[in-house]
Amino acid sequence: MDMDEKMKRDIILEHYQSPFHKGIDVEENYIKVNSRNASCVDNINVAALIEDGIIIDARFEGDACAICTSATSVMIKTLIGKTLPEAEEIITNFENMINEKDYDSSKLGELNVYDTVYRQPNRKTCALLPFRAMRDIISRKND
Amino acid sequence: MNRDDFPILNSGVIYFDNGATTFKPKCVVEAVKAYYEDYTANAHRGDYDNSLRVDKMYEEVRNKVRNLINAEKDEEIVYTKGTTESINMVVFGYLAKKLKKGDEVLLSKSEHASNVLPWIILQEKIGIVIKYIPLREDFSLNDDLIEDMINEKTKVISLAHVTNVIGDVRNLQKIGDICKKHNLLFIVDAAQSIGHLKVDVQECNVSFLAFSAHKMLGPTGIGVLYGKYDLLKEMDPLTYGGGMNAFFEADCSYELKDVPWKFEAGTQNIAGVIGMGRAIDYILEIGFDKIHQHEMKLKNLAIQELKKIPNIKIYNEKTESGIVTFNIDKVFSQDTAVFLNRFKIAVRSGNHCAKILKDEIGITNTCRASFYLYNTEEEVMALVAALKRQDEVYDHII
Ligand SMILES: Cc1ncc(COP(=O)(O)O)c(C=O)c1O
Repeated sequence: MDMDEKMKRDIILEHYQSPFHKGIDVEENYIKVNSRNASCVDNINVAALIEDGIIIDARFEGDACAICTSATSVMIKTLIGKTLPEAEEIITNFENMINEKDYDSSKLGELNVYDTVYRQPNRKTCALLPFRAMRDIISRKND
Repeated sequence: MNRDDFPILNSGVIYFDNGATTFKPKCVVEAVKAYYEDYTANAHRGDYDNSLRVDKMYEEVRNKVRNLINAEKDEEIVYTKGTTESINMVVFGYLAKKLKKGDEVLLSKSEHASNVLPWIILQEKIGIVIKYIPLREDFSLNDDLIEDMINEKTKVISLAHVTNVIGDVRNLQKIGDICKKHNLLFIVDAAQSIGHLKVDVQECNVSFLAFSAHKMLGPTGIGVLYGKYDLLKEMDPLTYGGGMNAFFEADCSYELKDVPWKFEAGTQNIAGVIGMGRAIDYILEIGFDKIHQHEMKLKNLAIQELKKIPNIKIYNEKTESGIVTFNIDKVFSQDTAVFLNRFKIAVRSGNHCAKILKDEIGITNTCRASFYLYNTEEEVMALVAALKRQDEVYDHII
């Protein structure tokens, strides 16, 4: 997918300023995890409801920069309705994109807007933070 | 001032992160280089020329530190890796054996992690009680309330001289007098003040003082623990090995060296000590009055100009140190810092390792510009100009 830089920025900004599913006020059957980076600047909680191997719902809350907040928002929007193997595939592809490894952009949809984040090494962890949380949630569900 | 002494400034960087670490003047780098290139030797180990020269330098720097902080004896100066190690040595080498369950330690919520976490661990280990001296509305320490908090269980007051987020300067004299009156230990974290303000440990009745050379134009990985001689005598080392023992035998008998050498196990950061000594000379050549006046001039200019910009919140208008803490309204501090980096302006964003201060100021993350002697009014105006372009933040960072 090829998007011009302006369009990417607008999508990121839109998700930063009006994040999708921000605010966690959920029932007990949600799995909730905290994710923060080493310098502890970004700090988010992600909660997901997983039933019959499908991510039924996910929400988040926390204090984070534009890249982290928007990436969490886009991630949640992308992963709701996916099966766990589908979600893991998306997460792996996203991580590979950020870490400059081979990845399949056709799996990533709107998440492709972060395909230039690797140019700012100090922002990589910001973009990866929600994905780490989601991996954690999935592994807890699998246990 | 003295910009020619700092070659790194030629890169055009506008460095406002002096609270994290400072640049090093050429003379400090040269002193370190000379040790490595001209007279490398271990300390206290040999009878040959270079080793003797190293020994002499190593001990002379103790004397420089003593004069810097007005300690009574050279032996009261212990070399450490820095502030963090110094505070840990006091907490775990001295207070772990002196304090008992229920004894109270007074801190504040604006302390750096290194003056909170060791106490939390000690609380976990032996059940001391940590109490926080309240802050005023402007987040400075309310030292009028200290005496009300003291009871027969209170044993220690441990505070930063200058805090690293808000930059408020604590009145060491007043707090030291309170400690004397109530017979309390007074521990001072001088990390943010040592290169900026005159510190006098005797006048302020300081029991232990900790600082790092890298925040005062010196090398990284070297710092100081000052302790009153009698206290150091009773303090236990946390590391054991060569250089700190007088003898040991196969039957397990041993004797440690005297203070301060018993705390300096293993080969020390000799280059660091030499560099720190040169940094002390450099600072004293300029003088603390001049440094402080310069920083306050920059801070006052920054406050005056930043106040004219809409949507800038300043958290510490009135503090008497060269630290300005701010946010652009509705912009995450890290985004602001990344934006300023586009203009080659280096500021720190985040919680600055003072994680419990958020309880007080109600905001987790801020941007901090911390000034030092080589910063200029033009640089401050560049920060102001960049922040005036706040509408462009996201164009630059995304
Ligand atoms: C107030 C304060 N205390 C302690 C420290 C820790 O110093 P160091 O990392 O050199 O041990 C710092 C450094 O950021 C500080 O600002």
